[in-house]
Amino acid sequence: MKFGVVIFPGSNCDYDTYYVLKEVLNQDTIFLWHKDHDLKGVDAIILPGGFSYGDYLRTGAIAKFSPLMREVKEFALKGGLVLGICNGFQILLEMGLLPGAMLRNKNLKFLCQFVYLRVENPDTPFTKLCKKHQVLKIPIAHFDGNYYAPPEIMEKLKRNNQIVLRYSTSKGEITEEANVNGSMENIAGIINEKGNVMGLMPHPERASEKILGSEDGQYIFKSMINSWIK
Amino acid sequence: MDKRILEQHNLTEEEYRGIVDILGREPNLTELGIFSVMWSEHCSYKSSKIYLKNLPTTGKHVIQGPGENAGVIDIGDGLAVVFKIESHNHPSYIEPYQGAATGVGGILRDIFTMGARPIAVLDSLRFGPLDNPKNRVIMEGVISGIAGYGNSIGVPTVGGETYFNQCYSQNPLVNVCCIGIAPKNRIFYARAKGKGNPVLYVGAKTGRDGIHGATMASAEFDEDLEEKRPNVQVGDPFKEKLLLEACLEVMKKDLIVGIQDMGAAGLTCSTSEMADKANSGIEIDLDLVPKREEGMNSYEIMLSESQERMLLVAKADKEEEVKKIFKKWDLDAITIGRVTDTGRLIVKEKGRVVVDIPVRGIVRDCPVYRRPVKQPSYLREVNYLEIPEVPNDLNTTFLKLLSSPTIADKEWIFRQYDHMVQINTVLLPGADATVLRIKGTKKALAGTVDGNSLYTYLNPKVGAKIAVAEACRNLACVGAKPLGVTNCLNFGNPEKPEIMWQFKEVVEGMGEACRFFGIPVTGGNVSFYNETMGSAVYPTPVLGIVGLIEDISKIMSPGFKEKGDYILLLGKNNEEIGGTEYLKTIFSQERGIPPEINLEFEKQIQDFCFELIDKRLINSAHDVSEGGLAVCLAECCFMSEKKLGIEVSLEDDIRPVALLFGETQSRIIISASPSDIDKIEKLASKRGIPCQVIGRVREDKFIIKQKGEELINLSIEKIYSSWKQAIPNYFKLSEE
Amino acid sequence: MKARVIVSFKDEVLDPQGLTIKNALHSLGYKFIKDVRQGKVFDIEIDGISVEDARKYLQEIADKVLANPVIEKFHWEIIEK
Repeated sequence: MKFGVVIFPGSNCDYDTYYVLKEVLNQDTIFLWHKDHDLKGVDAIILPGGFSYGDYLRTGAIAKFSPLMREVKEFALKGGLVLGICNGFQILLEMGLLPGAMLRNKNLKFLCQFVYLRVENPDTPFTKLCKKHQVLKIPIAHFDGNYYAPPEIMEKLKRNNQIVLRYSTSKGEITEEANVNGSMENIAGIINEKGNVMGLMPHPERASEKILGSEDGQYIFKSMINSWIK
Repeated sequence: MDKRILEQHNLTEEEYRGIVDILGREPNLTELGIFSVMWSEHCSYKSSKIYLKNLPTTGKHVIQGPGENAGVIDIGDGLAVVFKIESHNHPSYIEPYQGAATGVGGILRDIFTMGARPIAVLDSLRFGPLDNPKNRVIMEGVISGIAGYGNSIGVPTVGGETYFNQCYSQNPLVNVCCIGIAPKNRIFYARAKGKGNPVLYVGAKTGRDGIHGATMASAEFDEDLEEKRPNVQVGDPFKEKLLLEACLEVMKKDLIVGIQDMGAAGLTCSTSEMADKANSGIEIDLDLVPKREEGMNSYEIMLSESQERMLLVAKADKEEEVKKIFKKWDLDAITIGRVTDTGRLIVKEKGRVVVDIPVRGIVRDCPVYRRPVKQPSYLREVNYLEIPEVPNDLNTTFLKLLSSPTIADKEWIFRQYDHMVQINTVLLPGADATVLRIKGTKKALAGTVDGNSLYTYLNPKVGAKIAVAEACRNLACVGAKPLGVTNCLNFGNPEKPEIMWQFKEVVEGMGEACRFFGIPVTGGNVSFYNETMGSAVYPTPVLGIVGLIEDISKIMSPGFKEKGDYILLLGKNNEEIGGTEYLKTIFSQERGIPPEINLEFEKQIQDFCFELIDKRLINSAHDVSEGGLAVCLAECCFMSEKKLGIEVSLEDDIRPVALLFGETQSRIIISASPSDIDKIEKLASKRGIPCQVIGRVREDKFIIKQKGEELINLSIEKIYSSWKQAIPNYFKLSEE
Repeated sequence: MKARVIVSFKDEVLDPQGLTIKNALHSLGYKFIKDVRQGKVFDIEIDGISVEDARKYLQEIADKVLANPVIEKFHWEIIEK
């Protein structure tokens, strides 16, 4: 499977994601430059974490105008797999490929820590190797991860089973305390209606090696690989 | 020259005569400004030089010692570690967020200027007590500033230390240490080599920010200046991220001969130092310098400290290629001059020569001072300690100590920092030292910043030795061997003989300890004048030490691992109570004499700890420092994943408070599986190391006994919440 | 020509920064403060087009770039012709 990791100016998890895909999971992986118009035949696209354009204006707001985003959008609309991690998730929201928006964390501080996530929907190409309500330990690192959606959109997300990951306790309970950033419905990750574009705030690439404290992040990448092989 | 102008530029009349001698004429105002910044304490080290030169700076693996942007040490596998610490104290007091942010930006540039990718930041922070809201505002601003810059640029802030003391109330200290990794054969230096090579300006445009002395002097030479500018620079981490990537790309393609960041004294410092180091000259045209504001004159352009700017000298035929790479990253690279062989710094503006100075004169001929020293009189007073009555309830005392901000949990701070980006962080913040794996090798780097200024206040020399010893001990506890030291020396006004005496003693103590441990000092920074309204900070040397772990599978962490493991103490418990956090927190006494330090013994303990880790005989290691044995044991519990407890029985014949809270040096708490105890004890007696089993790891309870009598008996939950909640509690109000 | 665009959260969206500022003002004794909403101000210099065109583009820019319509509303005015 061929992965493409997009580099925006200000991306800073681009190399981390590349490293995990290429060196840990041995996948064919290339970088895609935001100014290009060529997806170079990749099978899946990852928008990595970081501070694209310094997060100036709003997180992800300027990156959506990058030249390559035209191709990314086309790719997504045709059913290609697109995963947005952290800043990548924020970019997908700004592009309208995923519904909703991000607000500042409820404590108004940047938060970097391991969190627990409960898998709500294992029937996606990004979670198919997980069991329903399995708990994953993966870190977050963001300032704006407080997910918001207007009521009618929230209804739709629930109805269509588009909520994929929710912040939980280590035992899988959905509590207010586990909801570190204040997201609506403890939302940590969602998928589009079609089921091929996913965004999540936690960083699976930071939890894909034992030496870093957790390998649960591999579930996400391996699910993608698995669903592509089919 | 007008006396007042000299005063405004902080130059003495004698220094002025020196300038006239160097030039063979009177300087113009721009030239005077150039001399004043280059001869300032900050750039010239004129008061500290005579002492610093006695520090050990060489070693088998040292590639670059002091004198460049950062020190460089060979770590094998074709790689080198590049590291340096720097202070940003004054700016952080004036504007905490931007002051700290630009401090991070500055030290990062020092590292990638050498050709290294920055992989970690550690910071040493000192604030006044948190019950004063002003100190809370400063602390919040500084931490957000470090986070705002470091998180954005994608360099993890992986650790550090935070101390609280009244002396930092109006003098907060912000020392930032950065570690980078570079290919050993591709280190870059600040040298303007090769006559005719183009000098390129890259990065942000030049504005009036941070102009030294320009505000007050401007009335005389620029009537058009509308308003006085604040002396605060604003950082742009996004621009710096682009600069970082572009510079590393240019370096990889071998297109440049030298590079220097524009930090303190901006264009002035970078041009003259690069020319001086290469024995060349440099000529630039200010009309070509990109400016952010209109109407800037030569004085302002040369002295601006606008952030995120670099000066580089390209290979003559690679100029266009360099520009192309910067363009790719949306940055302008503009040729503003050429390298010459005249030994002079020549600056032109509108076709006129406005500066013509021999570079040697600015860089090397600054007068060096041997300032008067005098032992301060406060020492006799504070070294005398009348031992206060022992508190009745040691449980309460212990809880109070755990919630003292200096000792309490710092998660509130470090979770605001992205400490995991770049996926190398193996030990999360809170451990004795940070550990970063080096991708593609079996190795890891360890780093720590350390310095207890209460000790240096009570005895500068002993305190400095302890700072070195403790930093090395921290490394030993994670299984690393020290490679080199960078230091940040924070003091008051050096023109006061008492301050200069403290400085002299600290540098001597530090030098002695570094020589003893065989670790070279590869650079650092001196920050004087940390003084507000006549009240100076305690002498505060901060040591940044980087160490190497050859086999990453052998790293050690401080937390207990298993119920039933034995707890052992390496070292001896002595009756020492002076200078402790216990006296400070419980009795508001900053008195007595600090603990003794025997370097020979210290080294034996560290080597033994390292040997135990290397032989895989132990499950945890943690050094005993502020708060003594009791706090150390508690931390080992807190850092265990399962929040384990202990039952410890001590047989020492010393007073209970000294036993629990004394800060005797050269002690490490380790834990091991029952099956390994025999081997450890045999090895200890073979090496002649004091090593005794003092208890076992258990669940729920935290119990310490002395000769069968219970001194402390509390639930883990209780001590954990005292330690955990202390700092967040101070900030609750603003988070509601 | 100079224009000013003000972007702020929609009324139904929680504004944690505004709330914190309100609480801080209360604790400083300004109990009469009923609510604070924080927003962003963009001062924009325009050159080379007519005022009519400027109005058209400002509306477009504010809607497409400066504000995120999911959570934000905006208001613009030309403050200097």
